[in-house]
Amino acid sequence: MISFEVNSKAASFEGDADTPLLWVLRDHLQLIGSKFGCGIGQCGACTVHVDGEAQRSCITPIAAIEGRSITTIEGLANADGELHPVQQAWVEIDVPQCGYCQAGQIMATADLLNKYPKPTDQIIDEKMTNICRCGTYVRIRKAIHRAAELVEAGE
Amino acid sequence: MIMPADNGQLNSEYINEGRRQFIVCGATISGSLVLGLPSIGLSDVGGDMDGQRQIGFFIEIAADGSVIIGSNQPEIGQGVRTALPMLVAEELDVEWSKVSVRQMPLGIVKTEDGYAWKYGSQGVGGSDGLTGNWDFMREVGATARQQLIRAAAARLNVPEASCSTKPGYVVCESLGEEISYGELVEEAARLDLPAESPPLKDMKNYRIVGKAQNAVDVVDIVTGRARYGVDTQEANMRYAVIARSPYLNGRVRSIDDAEARNVEGVLDVFQLDGPEPGEPYLILASGVAVVATSTWAAIKGREALKIEWDRGPNATDNTDEFWLQNENMLKSEGQVVVEDGEFEQALSSADKVVTRQYRVPFVSHQPLEPQNCYVHVQGDSCHVIAPTQSPSGSSRAAAAVTGLARENIRVDITRVGGGFGRRLSNDYVAEAAMISQKTGWPIKLQWTREDDVKNDFYRPAGLHEMSAGLDADGKVVAWTQRLASASKYFRRPNMPDENLWQAELYSDDFPRRMVENFRLEYFHNPIGLPRGSWRAPAHTANAFVIQSFLDEVAIETGQDPLQLRLDLLGEERELEYSNHGGPTFNPGRLARLIKFVADRIGYDVGRPDGRGVGFATHFTFGGYAAHAFEVTVSSQGDLTIERIVAAIDCGFAVNPQAVEAQLQGGTIDGISTALGLEITVKDGQVQQSNFHDYPLLRIAAVPSLFETHILPYDETPTGVGEIGIPSSAPALTNAIHAATGIRLRRLPIGDQLKMAMSA
Repeated sequence: MISFEVNSKAASFEGDADTPLLWVLRDHLQLIGSKFGCGIGQCGACTVHVDGEAQRSCITPIAAIEGRSITTIEGLANADGELHPVQQAWVEIDVPQCGYCQAGQIMATADLLNKYPKPTDQIIDEKMTNICRCGTYVRIRKAIHRAAELVEAGE
Repeated sequence: MIMPADNGQLNSEYINEGRRQFIVCGATISGSLVLGLPSIGLSDVGGDMDGQRQIGFFIEIAADGSVIIGSNQPEIGQGVRTALPMLVAEELDVEWSKVSVRQMPLGIVKTEDGYAWKYGSQGVGGSDGLTGNWDFMREVGATARQQLIRAAAARLNVPEASCSTKPGYVVCESLGEEISYGELVEEAARLDLPAESPPLKDMKNYRIVGKAQNAVDVVDIVTGRARYGVDTQEANMRYAVIARSPYLNGRVRSIDDAEARNVEGVLDVFQLDGPEPGEPYLILASGVAVVATSTWAAIKGREALKIEWDRGPNATDNTDEFWLQNENMLKSEGQVVVEDGEFEQALSSADKVVTRQYRVPFVSHQPLEPQNCYVHVQGDSCHVIAPTQSPSGSSRAAAAVTGLARENIRVDITRVGGGFGRRLSNDYVAEAAMISQKTGWPIKLQWTREDDVKNDFYRPAGLHEMSAGLDADGKVVAWTQRLASASKYFRRPNMPDENLWQAELYSDDFPRRMVENFRLEYFHNPIGLPRGSWRAPAHTANAFVIQSFLDEVAIETGQDPLQLRLDLLGEERELEYSNHGGPTFNPGRLARLIKFVADRIGYDVGRPDGRGVGFATHFTFGGYAAHAFEVTVSSQGDLTIERIVAAIDCGFAVNPQAVEAQLQGGTIDGISTALGLEITVKDGQVQQSNFHDYPLLRIAAVPSLFETHILPYDETPTGVGEIGIPSSAPALTNAIHAATGIRLRRLPIGDQLKMAMSA
C-alpha cells in the first residue's frame, strides 16, 4: 500500500505501483480536475503539485509518491474557499475557452510564481510549456502578470 | 449545399423553421414560471403539453428571483453557453448575475413520420449558433417578460401599457408599485400566450448583450469542478480502451490475449469489427476492446495484447506517392465545376499569366480532451453521456450499433474539451455502445492521445494550381484554381462522385464575380485516410492558397499587394453567395478590414532585411476577418513572429470578450497548424502518434504584441468560431516573404526556412 496526502488529507492506494498518479487521482480518488491529455508529459493538462512543485502526474508512478504531499486544482483555493490569486486572475481575465487544459495551466503558473514572483514574458516563454489547443495563450500571459500583481498585493 | 455541421449525415435532421411557432408557458410543481418550447409537431401527434413544461428551451424563474436558462447547444469552448442565455436575459430584463445556465440533453421525440427535436437544432459546427438563434432567443426572453407584465397588470388592475420592467421587477409608475418577478411567477404561468410576439428591445438600451461578459462556467473551470466527458462517473462503471488497426482499413487476423487477461483488473477482451473498405464509417477501425476495472488496467491490458493484423487493401498507401499523384493529375484535365465568362480565351489572350502551385497537408484535430464516451445499454434502452458536437449524431450512432429505437436512447451532453470538427463524428459513441452491448456493463470508453492522432477524420490534403491572367494595365481578367485533393466527402453515404469537389472548393468564394473569366477545376485523389470537417474546413486551405497567390501576382507584375486586393474586392455591395454563410457576401467588408490591419501594422514603412510584414483577408461562414503579421527571420532561418494585428467584422458582437477570444484562438490555431502540423502515411499507417511529433503550438511562439480589433458593422451577429483562422497562415507566410524573399508554397513551414537560408 502506498500512503500519501492529497489536498491536506491522508490517502492511500493499493494496486499496480506503476499506476500513474493521474489515474489514481481520477479513477480511485474521484479528483477529476486534473486532466488526461497526452500520457507522456507533453501537454501538462495533468499538472499537480508534489511537495509544492509542479509535476506532470500522467508520468509520475504512484510508487514515487509514497509519503509525499499532493495538491490538485481542487485543493488550490484556501480552506475558506477563497480562490488562489492565480485562479482569481484567470477569472478576471476570462482565460478559458474549452477549459480542458486550464487546471494544468493554473497549477503550472502557481509554481512559476513561487519561483519567479514577477516573471518577464521571456521567463513565461521559457517555463510555461503546457499546451492549450484553443490558443488562449494571449490571455494566459496576461493572467500570469495579473496573478503576480495579486500575489504581491496580498503579501 | 454544404451545410454548417458539414457532416453529411446531420443535415436532414435539422429543423430550423417551425420551432418558433410554439412557446408554451406553465408552472413547475415548485411554482416557478417556465417558458418552454414544445417539440415541433407535438401537436400533430397529440403530445401532452403538460409533460413538456419542465423541459424545453426554457426559462425558469424561481420565487426568489433566480433565473435558470436552458442551453441546448454543446459548449466546446466557443462560448455558446454564455452568448445564447445573454440574449434571453436581455429581453427578459433580469440581472445577468442572477442567471444560471443548465445544459439540456438531446431533445428527441418520435413522430408519425420520423423524429422531431424538442430543442431545435443542437449540433455545433459552421459558426451559426448565434445567427440561427439571434431572433428566437430574444423572442423567448421578451415573451417571458410580457407574461410577467400581464400578470402584474392584472393584479394591480391597470392596463398593461402602464407597466414596464426594471431588472427583476415589473414597475407601475403611476401607482408607484413594483413587484418582483418571483412574486408574479404563479400568476404569469396561468396566463395564455397572446398570438402576437412582443416587440424586442431597442438595441441601444442593451445592458447585457453587446457588453463584455465572462464565460458562465469560468469559476467551475478554474476550480476543477467543470465536468467533461472524461469525468463521467456512474455506478458500476467499467473502463474500456481499444487496440485499433494501425493499418488503414486493416482487420484483426488473430488475437493472443492470454497476457492481457492476466493483467490485474482486466475483465474482458474481444474483437470489434470496423466497416468494410469504402463503406461509410460507423467506427473508424477494426480492433480489440479491453474492459477493466480502471483506465490504467485497461491501458496495461491493451499493451499486453498480441494482435496479428490483416493489412488490408491500403497497406501500400503513402502520402509521398499521394503528392506525386496529385502533380500528375494536374497535368491532365479535371472536372470543371465552375466556369464564368470565356476563361480559356481570356487566359490565352492575357498580357501576362502567373501560375503557381501550393500544397496543403493532411492535419488532425487533436482537441485536448481525447475522445471518450459513456454508454450503458440495458434491455431496450440505452444511456449515452457524450462530449459531442452532434448530439443527434450520438443518438444515431448508438441506434445503429444497438438496433434500439432512437426515442429509447437518452443522450446527455457534457462540457466538451475542444471540438474543431472532430466531434461532429460520433464513432467513439458507436464504439462505446458496441462494448456496452456486448458486456452488458456501463462502459466509459477512453481513447489515448495515440489513438486520437492515429485515428481521426483528418483535414483533407491537396495540391492547388493557381493561374491568373492579367491585361496590359495589370488588371486580373482570368482566374483559375485547379485542385487535386482527397475530398472530405469520400465514404459519405449517398454521395455521388461528381459532388466530391463541393467539400473542397466553395463555388462562390472570393474572387468569383470579381474576375470576369473564372474557372474552378477538381481532381479527386482517393487515399485510405479518413477525412472530415476541421475548423473552417476548406476555407483554411483556400485562404492560404488565394491570399498567397495574390501576393505573388502583385509582386510578379510590379503592383502593390494591398492595392491589388482592394481593386479586386471593390466597393461595398452584396454579391450572391450560395455556400454556407450566405445568402450574400460583401467584399467591401473585407476591403475595409485588410486596409485596417495593413495600416495598423504600418505595411508601407520601410524595414531592414530579415524583417517584414504581410497580410491576408477571408470571408468565412458569414463573417469577415483579416490579419497582418510582422516577422523577423535570422540568417540561420529562425523565425520570430514579432507582432500580430487581427481584425474581425462579425456584424454585431453579442459578447465582445468571447469574440476577442475566438479571434485570438483562431489566429493561433492558424499559426500552430502552419508552423508544424502534418499527418503523413507510410505503408498504410499514420506516422505521427502524440504531441512530440504532432507539435501543437506553445506559448513561446505567440508574440506579446498581439492586437485584436472588432470592427462593428450592423445589427446582425454572425458566428465567430471559425472566422479567425483562415487568413492567419497566409498573413504569416506573406510576412516571411517580405522579410526574406522566400515564398513558402508548402505547409507546414517546418524547417523549410532553415533549409532555404542555408542553401
